[in-house]
Amino acid sequence: MATGRGPAGAGTGDATDASRRDFVMAVCAAAASPVMLDVVAGPEAAPPQSDEPRPYDPREHYYGMGIDIDKCIGCGRCVEACKSENNVPRDAHHFRTWVERYVITSDGETVVESPNGGADGFPVPAGEAGVLRSFFVPKLCNHCANPPCVQVCPVGATFTTEDGVVLVDEDYCIGCRYCIQACPYGARFLHPVKRVAQKCTFCYHRVVRGLLPACVEVCPTGARIFGEVHRAASPLTRFTRFNQIQVLKPHLNTRPKVLYANLDGEVR
Amino acid sequence: MTGWRARLRRWQPVPQQVGRLALVFVVLVGGLVGARRVFVPATFGDRGHYRASAVPAITALEPKYAGHEACAPCHAPIVEKKSLSYHRGVACEVCHGPQAQHVMAPLDHRPPAPRTRAYCPLCHGYNPSRPTGFPQIDPVVHNPVRPCITCHDPHDPTPPHPPESCAACHGEIARTKAVSYHAQLPCTQCHVVDPRHVTSPRQIRPGKPTTRAFCGQCHARDAQSAPDIPRIDLDTHNPGYVCWQCHYPHSPEAH
Repeated sequence: MATGRGPAGAGTGDATDASRRDFVMAVCAAAASPVMLDVVAGPEAAPPQSDEPRPYDPREHYYGMGIDIDKCIGCGRCVEACKSENNVPRDAHHFRTWVERYVITSDGETVVESPNGGADGFPVPAGEAGVLRSFFVPKLCNHCANPPCVQVCPVGATFTTEDGVVLVDEDYCIGCRYCIQACPYGARFLHPVKRVAQKCTFCYHRVVRGLLPACVEVCPTGARIFGEVHRAASPLTRFTRFNQIQVLKPHLNTRPKVLYANLDGEVR
Repeated sequence: MTGWRARLRRWQPVPQQVGRLALVFVVLVGGLVGARRVFVPATFGDRGHYRASAVPAITALEPKYAGHEACAPCHAPIVEKKSLSYHRGVACEVCHGPQAQHVMAPLDHRPPAPRTRAYCPLCHGYNPSRPTGFPQIDPVVHNPVRPCITCHDPHDPTPPHPPESCAACHGEIARTKAVSYHAQLPCTQCHVVDPRHVTSPRQIRPGKPTTRAFCGQCHARDAQSAPDIPRIDLDTHNPGYVCWQCHYPHSPEAH
């Protein structure tokens, strides 16, 4: 009885079985009860929650962007959309996203250009015959998981939100430009009128409303993919599964969340 | 007053200078706490090393692009047509611009539609930097001057049929030929064109004449052709050269 097995318990077999059954039943009941409670209580409890959209909780998200170099046609619609959506100064020096064209000639020389950020398209490269390969590289803030710009800000005016987006607090920025110096990707600029640092926000005001960033919204070829980094069902996860992923300047250990597919080794 | 002094006298065991130091310390700490209260913003540090109130200020910005799902409730037929075309991945706002205001007040804000020839080549103008296979045309020679929408519906851009005239792609040659002595000749008089050249222009190339005798069919002394066609003696007229080394067949010179 004490051990419930072996010769010692053979004589009291019935009692052992009964108590064993009781024990198993009790364990099963105990294990099932919260589940059962949920199942029974679920239909009554759930509808009030699902009726109205739940308020946005940044802790449930972690955003990143994928860029497929093989799909970018250099039309510059993303640059145009970004300027419209975010009131970026309409001159040729301030961009939150821009498109670079790489032209690699057969004698090994690499020419990178971005006339007006690519917003007006690109001219046919001069000396077309000597071009070995050429492609477009859309660029924007990499929303690094280890952002140097946040590290250097002396007042805490730039920060990483809980959903992984690096933002600038315009009302608190003192315009010292340390972050512009610190960004290895050249993604920041000083707003010529407001005199504060600005950069890509992943269109945070759109994302929290369930919309896509403006550049992703208007990309006609689907070269830009926006989604959750860690979620199993996300366009970005699919993108990373089907492509060889690279990031810009990986040796700097900034851990960017803008992921490039089909990136040429010449791109810096 | 005297009671206060009597109480202070009881503190005599604590040296006077220590008391003063404590007073300085209290003033310093109090000043620090006060300064922090004045200079550190209210919500700083609530969620991290930043003002938590900055996030709602940023999220309060109004979107200008309504998003691709906003169009279908009102413009279902066009959205349906586009969803079956090559432009299915192109959001309405790519061409029509940011239209959140149009969604809010449809009649007050009418979306513009680009109808000029300048707009479509932003994507479809030939550029060797674009990925292989992306449909591209040379805006200079592809049906010059005519707006793209005369042949292509932007919501279903596949043209109703492959180009019928050679001028659709070879406009420069067609215009040159149209004012030349060869204006009346169809392209197929000299070029052997496989019908597949229309759909796969670079894979299937049209044939070109290769011999002097070909031009001689019309221009040789004994050719069976109209009497006003200029004639030459194939045997004595610069033997050893082929005709197009001196004459451009799309614009042969005067007599």
